[in-house]
Amino acid sequence: MTVYVLRTLAKMALTLFVIVSLVFFATRLSGSPLETALGEGLTEEDRTMMIEYFGLNGSIWEQYARYLRGVVEGNFGLSFLERRPVADIVAERIGPSLQLLASSLALTLIVSLPLGVLAALYRKSWVGSAIMTLAFVGYAVPNFIIAIFMILLFAFTWNLLPVVGNGSPAHFIMPTIAMSGVLIAALTRFTRNAMLDVLGQDFMRTARAKGLPESVVVLKHGLRNASVTILSVLGLQIAGLAAAGNVVVEAIFSWPGIGELLVASAIQRDYPVLQFGVITVAVAVVTINAATDIAYAYADPRIRLSRG
Amino acid sequence: MSDRPVLSVERLSVSFGRHQAVKSLSFNIGAGETLALVGESGSGKSATALSVLRLIEREGGRITDGAIRLGSDDPVDLTTLPEQALQKLRGNRISMIFQEPMTSLNPVMRIDEQLCEVLRRHQRLNRVDALKAAERALEQVRIPEPARRLRQYPHELSGGLRQRVMIAIALACRPDVLIADEPTTALDVTTQAEVLALLKSLQAELGMAVLFITHDMGVVAEIADRVAVLRHGVMEETASVEALFAAPRSEYARQLMAATPKLGQATPRPPVESNEVVLSVRGLARSFSQAGGFLKPKTVAHAVKDVSFEIRAGETLGLVGESGCGKSTLSRSLMRLIEPDGGEVILAGRNITALDQTALRAERSKVQMVFQDPFASLNPRLNVRDLITEPAYLHSGLNAAAREALAADLLDKVGLDRDAARRFPHQFSGGQRQRLCIARALSVSPKVILADEAVSALDVSTADRVTRLMCEIQESLGIAFLFISHDIAVVERMSHRIAVMYRGEIVEIGPTEQVLRAPAHPYTQRLLSAVPRPDPKARRRAPVPEAQIADLDNNAAGIGMLVSGGQLDLPGAAAGV
Repeated sequence: MTVYVLRTLAKMALTLFVIVSLVFFATRLSGSPLETALGEGLTEEDRTMMIEYFGLNGSIWEQYARYLRGVVEGNFGLSFLERRPVADIVAERIGPSLQLLASSLALTLIVSLPLGVLAALYRKSWVGSAIMTLAFVGYAVPNFIIAIFMILLFAFTWNLLPVVGNGSPAHFIMPTIAMSGVLIAALTRFTRNAMLDVLGQDFMRTARAKGLPESVVVLKHGLRNASVTILSVLGLQIAGLAAAGNVVVEAIFSWPGIGELLVASAIQRDYPVLQFGVITVAVAVVTINAATDIAYAYADPRIRLSRG
Repeated sequence: MSDRPVLSVERLSVSFGRHQAVKSLSFNIGAGETLALVGESGSGKSATALSVLRLIEREGGRITDGAIRLGSDDPVDLTTLPEQALQKLRGNRISMIFQEPMTSLNPVMRIDEQLCEVLRRHQRLNRVDALKAAERALEQVRIPEPARRLRQYPHELSGGLRQRVMIAIALACRPDVLIADEPTTALDVTTQAEVLALLKSLQAELGMAVLFITHDMGVVAEIADRVAVLRHGVMEETASVEALFAAPRSEYARQLMAATPKLGQATPRPPVESNEVVLSVRGLARSFSQAGGFLKPKTVAHAVKDVSFEIRAGETLGLVGESGCGKSTLSRSLMRLIEPDGGEVILAGRNITALDQTALRAERSKVQMVFQDPFASLNPRLNVRDLITEPAYLHSGLNAAAREALAADLLDKVGLDRDAARRFPHQFSGGQRQRLCIARALSVSPKVILADEAVSALDVSTADRVTRLMCEIQESLGIAFLFISHDIAVVERMSHRIAVMYRGEIVEIGPTEQVLRAPAHPYTQRLLSAVPRPDPKARRRAPVPEAQIADLDNNAAGIGMLVSGGQLDLPGAAAGV
């Protein structure tokens, strides 16, 4: 097991190196930051000084080497606009983003696990069909549509909920629902399918033959097996949410998180901030994936053994 | 104790939709008695067992009539009990063990958890006491090192051990009635003998009534006191085991007995006269290694070690050995579905060991395989015409008309109707599907057919018909067979010569008569003594002699698990090829 965890972590480090490099070259590809960030009104002397200051002279490989050295040293440079370390800027944004992610995840689990199990148990009755129809609709509607409709109804028409920022618990309601909408739909469907696979298995019959009540059979023997499948899906989906979902949702609700920061810095061509923001999100995604892999092995002893 | 039966089934009728699976079935079982319920698949045996536990409703069935009474002094009718009362009885007064030990245990729960569950629910034990009782339960089913086993997961145990765990779970609360639904069918003979002996001694200890479901008359002779023969849901005959084997009254019971292969009673097939060697194997070896981490050494399991043999045209070589001995790895390396590590395979005079993929593909048409599971080895989306002519099409590219003609010809050869060509696999029974698999193998006129446990999944009368067909085909077409099975009695009927495989090596090879009548290797002797004899008078009193090869046996389980690919990522082997 230790070996397995270590191997997962090693893979994670390699992935991160690739991402860090990709981010560097991708931002350079979109043109020299000199043109947009430094403006027109500078003297030649100031310009040279700024170029020197931001490390924009030298070949792309020299810049890359300097950038990598910075990454290793934890020095990611200064924001073009705010003129303070990007690490500080991003650090302020991590907390709110994590809070939003955590509340969305909690809502997703609370709603979709019971719905998925019910849909599997009552697959032939109207209950199952109703849940699956709902899940299908939820899956098909993008989160920004949900967000805008909620704003229209709860904020604009009825004036019940706040829209901008993260000041109070009430501020969490709409962004959380918007963030988890698609995830709830997806996870409900996966839970149902995983449960359906498990319900027909021989060991479920064994569990009933032992005299266990149906609730124990379904939740303990069934859901625990299904959780192996559910976990893998959940990991992928959360990673996607951390990477893309929060950009859209945070932008709509002006949530002071990383997503919103990314959008703003991309618009303003503040490359150091954008660069570091993308790396932060990438780290989050890779960490979530590694955590899923490890959790997966804990949930399924067979994986633990074979990956030893 | 009263002499009234512990379990009494009266005029039981069970339906699945409009199909009546069990029709007015009645039987009684007393304490300490074993009733064997015998019949082919689809005869209503399992439906009866599940009705007694009232789990039949779960499988889509319905008890339409009759009564099932449990208890000798104050019997309760199970058919009228509410679900909650039933839950108190299941696993407590009535227990069941199932056929597939591989899938009947929950794969993500440790053994202790699965065992304690029953104890805590029915006997209201606390955690600590339940754990102690669980350890005792494993001791009772003779599992060595019970404390360590308790902390393991099902996939870490061999098939025999898992079935013992199932028995431990079933007997944990000392039930009045134990229902055993084909509990040894999925096990190989030596393990089967051990499990049967265990069940018998536990029954003597606990005095429970046993309803034993099987299709194997050998097992019946071994374990039953009385027998009920079931066909299409109707009881054909019920008698004491001695009376049934001495003089079966019903026609169907006679048929069943005749179809049961009896070791040592088949006339061995005379040696083939041909001198043409079609398949020759020299020093074949294959090992699987499990990559270690940096804290764990790499482990290597030799699945096949230095195996050599020859098969002549028109000859059947039977290959026997218990599961995990390397039989399947061997058969797959012959066609290089698994690449051998060493040795050579000479097929019809040509060494195929060093051929590149293109040349190998052409050679492969000379060897065809018939697999164990006829349900899984036919693509459900192809019709029979395309299925059975596909190898010929792939090797020589027939046009549609030629495929049509070939299909008709092949269906004639395997004794199926020509109309079958337009149908799909799910419309056929297990035996018919295995005929289709044989037809498919024949489509490229192979020199050798590898039949890997080809009749193990079929019930006796069907298996009998399929082996007869193979013999007929062999005689008319002169094909050589490598017939792999763990069932020695079937191998005896089929084979001219027999090779016995143990832990990756062929320990004995020779003419059928010689190997079976005068086995030279202690492992062959043990294997033979484990085969159940369909004769209640020849019941074994003493356990299987094991001492002689006990030292050989110590590592067998480990290798067996590695090779059968249960939990490792073995290339090819795990994928089932």
